[in-house]
Amino acid sequence: MIRNSASEMASKLANGEITSVALTQAHLDQISAVDKDVHAFLHVDTQGALAQAAAVDAKRKSGEKLSPLAGVPLALKDVMTQKGIPTTCGSKILEGWRPPYDSTVVANLKKNDIVILGKTNMDEFAMGSSTENSAYGPTHNPWDLTRIPGGSGGGSAASLAAFEAPLAIGTDTGGSIRQPAAVTGTVGVKPTYGGVSRYGLVAFSSSLDQAGPCARTVLDAALLHEAIAGHDPKDSTSINAPVPAVVAAAKSGNVKGMKIGVVKELNGDGYQKGVRNRFEESLELLAAAGAEIVEVSAPNFEYALAAYYLIAPSECSSNLARFDAMRYGLRVGDNDGASAESVMNLTREVGFGREVKRRIILGTYALSSGYYDAYYGSAQKVRTLITQDFNKAFEIADVLVSPTCPTTAFKIGEKANDPLAMYLNDIATIPVNMAGIGGMSLPSGVADEDGLPVGFQIMSPVMKDDRMYSVGAALEAALLTKWGAPLLSTIPALAGSK
Amino acid sequence: MSLTYDDVIAKYEPVLGLEVHVELNTKSKMFCGCSTIFGAEPNTQTCPVCLALPGALPTVNEKAIESTIKIGLALNCSIAPFSRFARKNYFYPDMPKNFQISQYDEPICVNGYVDVEIETDEGPKVFRIEVERVHMEEDTGKSLHVGGATGRIHGAEYSLLDYNRAGIPLVEIVTKIVPGTGKYAPEVARAYVAELRDILRSLGVSDVKMEQGSLRCDANVSLRLIGVDTLGTRSETKNVNSLRSVERAIRGEMIRHAELLNKGGRVVQETRHFQEDTGLTRSGRSKEQAEDYRYFPEPDLVPVAPDAAWIEELRAALPERPSIHRKRLQEQWAVPDKEMSAMINADVLDVVEATVALGADPTKARGWWLGEISRIANEKDVAIKDLAIAASDVAEIVALVNAGELTDKLARQVVEGVIAGEGKPAAVIAARGIKVVNDDSALMTAIERACAAQPETAQKVRDGHVPAAGALIGAIMKDTKGQADAAKVRSLLLAHLGQSEG
Repeated sequence: MIRNSASEMASKLANGEITSVALTQAHLDQISAVDKDVHAFLHVDTQGALAQAAAVDAKRKSGEKLSPLAGVPLALKDVMTQKGIPTTCGSKILEGWRPPYDSTVVANLKKNDIVILGKTNMDEFAMGSSTENSAYGPTHNPWDLTRIPGGSGGGSAASLAAFEAPLAIGTDTGGSIRQPAAVTGTVGVKPTYGGVSRYGLVAFSSSLDQAGPCARTVLDAALLHEAIAGHDPKDSTSINAPVPAVVAAAKSGNVKGMKIGVVKELNGDGYQKGVRNRFEESLELLAAAGAEIVEVSAPNFEYALAAYYLIAPSECSSNLARFDAMRYGLRVGDNDGASAESVMNLTREVGFGREVKRRIILGTYALSSGYYDAYYGSAQKVRTLITQDFNKAFEIADVLVSPTCPTTAFKIGEKANDPLAMYLNDIATIPVNMAGIGGMSLPSGVADEDGLPVGFQIMSPVMKDDRMYSVGAALEAALLTKWGAPLLSTIPALAGSK
Repeated sequence: MSLTYDDVIAKYEPVLGLEVHVELNTKSKMFCGCSTIFGAEPNTQTCPVCLALPGALPTVNEKAIESTIKIGLALNCSIAPFSRFARKNYFYPDMPKNFQISQYDEPICVNGYVDVEIETDEGPKVFRIEVERVHMEEDTGKSLHVGGATGRIHGAEYSLLDYNRAGIPLVEIVTKIVPGTGKYAPEVARAYVAELRDILRSLGVSDVKMEQGSLRCDANVSLRLIGVDTLGTRSETKNVNSLRSVERAIRGEMIRHAELLNKGGRVVQETRHFQEDTGLTRSGRSKEQAEDYRYFPEPDLVPVAPDAAWIEELRAALPERPSIHRKRLQEQWAVPDKEMSAMINADVLDVVEATVALGADPTKARGWWLGEISRIANEKDVAIKDLAIAASDVAEIVALVNAGELTDKLARQVVEGVIAGEGKPAAVIAARGIKVVNDDSALMTAIERACAAQPETAQKVRDGHVPAAGALIGAIMKDTKGQADAAKVRSLLLAHLGQSEG
């Protein structure tokens, strides 16, 4: 039952073959069985999930009309507030904090009767590409437990690959949905910036953060996308326009006559051979499905990583200032006579991890008077240039494509002390965030040299998210025909797995 | 030996710069839906947004934008078609996000002016105060530092925080530097703040209560030797909270600066705090090294881009400038300058105008508000506006007096009754049984009784000594409990005694 896609589970629920309580329990059992090894979850809300499932079953029994994913379980990245449920963002500084309010994404999930199993592990405050920066220990890649599951949303992606949940919510600031999807052989979508409300998403970098769906199939991602997207008056940057027809696009999967642009700069040197092979193969399949493959150039993408590491830390230095031990979370050194300032300093010293501190310092520096123009100011100009590169490319192509990451999953600990090598993981995903457009990663097979999953990235213009679902669904269908079974059916079994 | 003000202005020219913070009277806060009502229990008007809980996001209060645009228009500013909020980053426990959302390099209103008129040695003179910018920001919470001598954070045993004020919409109005006011600098500053207050009140965008902090002024002052172009070092006196204090603070700072400069010392660039009791300022935070607030555009808010047609609608709906309005009223009512100032100072101009609009004669309306009603307000030590009497009550009373249904003396009783909460004038009259005695036969009885009681006085009047009638009239009025019309009593009495008015 847990190996089905979410849409298969949804139809079984709809026709009464299974109940949501049974389905939820099956996933809770799988979590009990495998999560000691995977460590995808930071908090499992057994009672809450079962209660929600029972309520959906009751609604269904009474004949109430339910939304397409009603009763299907989901794993929530621990960066989203859920009323009464611990929300740590993978940080010690928020240990024990239970938000008094639901994020808009959670409110939408509840409205759609999607059952929330618990909160998933992540790099602290979503800063990282391996989930090794979690204050609560790393998550392990279900393909190979000695390897990273990507990050920052490693917990959400791993929970899908380990069949602990069929759906998950991620957030993507520079690739945190797509890169984990790529290295775990799952599907992850970063919608257009403003497509999904950020209200209740604990901010890392406000102008880049975007929540999105994670799943095992393109259609499942589309169904979840529709459930969580839409205008939210509580988020000033939320786009007031209809949600693109992503489910229809995922169902049709038609790419006939579509122009698919291969971004010259996001391939070649620095990309693992097996990654390039799978990419070329996917292009051939798309061409065979009727798409026209063209090459486009985005000359300013080479500055994207540098600009990102000025903008994101700058915003984070300000966003994380609120963690001052005054109102919530950790408080250290509050002894007789200690000043507010010393309590704040001690708490931040103890509460934040190394990578978070590194970025706060970097951002504080980049915004400082005398440096602002050279750093933050220049980075914003680069951002404009990247957007212009995309605009020009989209005049030629309907969507753009690239490998999602340069390599497959690396070993836990391998890059932990080399931040620059770690940052390079996101070289192909960051431009999408800089321009606020949509991006998807879906599995394109495994690399010949290591047998690990490779991701294929599709990028679509602002609020044309449906296009990446069309292309994703077409490629997924072609690969399924080629393989005869989904890629995840080949994942090595985990000890204790059902 | 301290300098006199005359010594200062003989040698130095003051240069002013005024920053006024205005709390808008919107129902909800700048970036969330919390109530803004003053004086609620601490931390009862808060939510995830204004407490800066993780994940919460601000959204802009449209009403606050409208109010700010109105202010900009009333101050003759240009309204920017595109302006942005920025984050001003600094750590302080009463600021929940540890940054303040404010406008920085792209304010919503720029380049305006306000003309103020003051009395000079050469007669009334207009000074133009140029406004550099009007921008929006949010207020901080309030800290209460307990223990320690100064009430400041240093030396306090502990601090209490109230976030009810966090996020209240503030508008900051900043002047360009104001040179050329010479010895009138303190009065010009006061007149400017008074004019701003009147304009803001006429727009209905703020309570403008300086004593409650809904309008507060930071006064920047520097001195330079007369004839010198370069600016001196300024001090910034924070949160001055009355018009009188604005004037006193600037005068005090001018003297303090001059004393320093005369001794060969230098003025330290710093904030200062005004002491109401002494009229002096004490040193605050040094601004010698500019604090680095690491401003950058607020990524959580989209730019403010008001529609041009909407701005024109707001412009067309602006009320008459208070100073122009006052001049027009003064002409219409033919009021002398002194009386006009008395009404403005007593803050009764609006209510007098309302009373006149309801049909009362301007002189009589003014007389009641500045006279009896002011007297009662003084007695009770409350503001006239806080008394339970409305323009409509006064208009009704004036009408009753005109109709001869009340005497002035009775009317005062009615006013007193209305203020005491006994109801509208008609209710007070009914409840207290107040009525003018118009019944001639009842009056005649009282007249006969008085003449019988004072036969010698009555005879004097009969003999033609009319002034003696006063004693009889007094007795008659007493007999009728003051409810008779004295003029009528007089004419009936004289007729009764065979005399007529001379």
